[in-house]
Amino acid sequence: MGFLSLIKGGLSKTRSALLNEFKGIVGAGKITDETLETLEEHLIKADVGVEAAFILTDALREEALGKSLTNEEVISIMRSEAERLLSNPPPLELKNSPHVILIIGVNGAGKTTTIGKLAARFKKEGKKVLIAAGDTFRAAAIDQLEVWAERAGAELVKHQEASDPAAVAYDACAAAKARGSDVLLIDTAGRLHNKDHLMEELKKMVRVIQKHDPSYPHDIWLVIDGNTGQNTISQTKVFHQSFPLTGLVVTKLDGTARGGSVLSISSSLQIPIRWIGVGEQIDQLVPFEKEEYIEALFEDALSSD
Amino acid sequence: MKGALIFRRGASNYHKNKNFLLYYTIMFSQLTDSLESTLKKLRGQGTLSEDNIAESLREVRRAFLEADVSFNVTRDFVNAVKEKALGEEVLLSVSPGQQIVKIINDELTEIMGGTVKEIELGGASPFGIMMVGLQGAGKTTFAGKIALYMRSKKKKKPLLVAADVYRPAAIKQLQVLGKSLGIPVYEEGQGNPVEIIKNAKQYAIDNGHDLVIYDTAGRLQIDDTLMLELEQARDAVKPHEIFFVADAMIGQEAVSVAETFYQKLQFTGVCLSKMDGDTRGGAALSIKKITGVPVVFVGLGEKPSEIDLFHPDRMASRILGMGDVVSLVEKAQSVIEEKDAKDLKKKILNNTFDLNDFLKQLRTIKKMGRIKDLLKLIPGLNKLPLDQFDEKELVYVEAVLSSMTPKERKHPKIIEGSRKKRIAAGSGTTVQRVNQVLTQFTSMKAMFKGIGGMAKKNSGSTVGSNYTPPKQKRKKRR
Repeated sequence: MGFLSLIKGGLSKTRSALLNEFKGIVGAGKITDETLETLEEHLIKADVGVEAAFILTDALREEALGKSLTNEEVISIMRSEAERLLSNPPPLELKNSPHVILIIGVNGAGKTTTIGKLAARFKKEGKKVLIAAGDTFRAAAIDQLEVWAERAGAELVKHQEASDPAAVAYDACAAAKARGSDVLLIDTAGRLHNKDHLMEELKKMVRVIQKHDPSYPHDIWLVIDGNTGQNTISQTKVFHQSFPLTGLVVTKLDGTARGGSVLSISSSLQIPIRWIGVGEQIDQLVPFEKEEYIEALFEDALSSD
Repeated sequence: MKGALIFRRGASNYHKNKNFLLYYTIMFSQLTDSLESTLKKLRGQGTLSEDNIAESLREVRRAFLEADVSFNVTRDFVNAVKEKALGEEVLLSVSPGQQIVKIINDELTEIMGGTVKEIELGGASPFGIMMVGLQGAGKTTFAGKIALYMRSKKKKKPLLVAADVYRPAAIKQLQVLGKSLGIPVYEEGQGNPVEIIKNAKQYAIDNGHDLVIYDTAGRLQIDDTLMLELEQARDAVKPHEIFFVADAMIGQEAVSVAETFYQKLQFTGVCLSKMDGDTRGGAALSIKKITGVPVVFVGLGEKPSEIDLFHPDRMASRILGMGDVVSLVEKAQSVIEEKDAKDLKKKILNNTFDLNDFLKQLRTIKKMGRIKDLLKLIPGLNKLPLDQFDEKELVYVEAVLSSMTPKERKHPKIIEGSRKKRIAAGSGTTVQRVNQVLTQFTSMKAMFKGIGGMAKKNSGSTVGSNYTPPKQKRKKRR
């Protein structure tokens, strides 16, 4: 199933109302500061994100202020700006054996679910997948992951609840090497990025698995709830300061959220958006595709007139 | 405004200028600060007028949007502030900036509900509370927290009900939580949630529970099937309260989510989770404004005890980025013992404050949390570049102090070369670091000497009042 059709279902509900208004504003003659401000507001309302909205309208301000432009022209300026902002992630190469991926994020972002979906996906590609139950803090997180591992047909390494997550990760690396796994997905407990001790705990996990191999983990992906507002910026920035993130996963985009706030932070920190979560089913995680995402943002406006 | 201007200019240069982070930092500079500068020129202009406050209102708007307050709510709010501000005289005693901020603060507090909402636990027993919300909002954790709160503060005998039959291991999560709190959990495995909820109520009646908290599965507001299921569950047990749990970090989405949940379920209270993060939490405002339902509880951490009643006035300050003095004082109260504060006062007055006391103070401050977080609560200080503050500084100082013998701490003068070397080695630091700590202490002591002398001259009253711990103050008032 295409990425576009998956997110469109949810998006359409807010999108049509929004972009009808949008057409009204743009189609009303010369582009003035007021027009731009109204546009800005509508973009914000569409959860394109405050920064992204400013960036898009700033592009317009530079090129179009005082000019009379058609809808299509206005949209195409903003579209090309959005295209410059976003980039497709480089192809994911799981060339290491095992390829170790650490999944991190704040509480309730959807890390465990994402791991289940990723495992199923890699498994489908013929990989041998191992999962490390590194969330030893939250009640029943290990059981939750166990269910997902079973659904995905992946193996699981786990310890007791409340045990040291670094030890789980270390053992999982050893197991992955011994069993010849292609991919090792390490789950972690949710943590707010302003909790120093929890960030230290995560750093320790990384240090410990690097005892196996300094190249571990090959990827660190930050999972972000698509409903999150401006805090996305703070989350990404702070996690990125402590860990070089190699990708973002935006979840829960099957509702009315567009995850717009990820747009600007992904580009400013040059961290690609890798995956999009679009539902609770195991196959509802799809690779991010820039063209389709932009299409979804501007589609109605483009198909108009 | 300064920040905004720089951002705007920079934004279009964004591709040429990779230093984009800087713009974020500037953008998040505090609202009050920018208001001050835009309104400085208003001083002595007589009254606030549409023209002279336009710029500051734009600042307010931006700050609100950046705090995740919904767009429509922001617009209405700015208009309301404008109406109130127009025609007001520019007071000489305060700056126009402060004046506008006060209007905003009052308006915010009013929208947020003004006073703390306490749950009325009356009505037919058992009292029912149903938790609803999106996935990952924090319903299960909140269910546990509220159960604990009601047991310890309201002497209730709660029953937790595991009605999330969809998410893997959600039932187990509640069971583990219930077990750790010593609160029973009712479950029927992956059955029909409506039936489970109905049976749970009967179970509560049969077993003498006077409070039932139903934990339901997270769901999207556009999922009609699952929303209907909630309506059926509500009609089956008629809970006294339905709490909508929202992640404090939620963005513009808050409106669409809260609106639909409200339409379908008419929830009676809002619980904001993850308020211990660094979000401004503007969604709280949107939800209250749109549904009219007050925020009841906030979640302040991962532990079951980390829950608090919602204080609207403090939230207003947080959204505005004005610091939160009340929370700071409460934090201090919770860790500073009254006796310790008295002892400290005496020691300062008599100039007998030694390194033992210094170490004790240091540990007390540490108990209050991260210094960075504390500083953020102080108005004005929250705009410092706190990211640069190294929390480890205090760790070093503590390490140095801990490596001294009690005798050395009592008589720092005896610390000479070889002792310094031993302390440095013991604390894993350097002799320079040891010297640094000693110098800091000496200058602190000199300062205290001044205070003590002054206090004695004024028959001890000045310092006395300054050093009265908050707890003692409260007692006096009574």
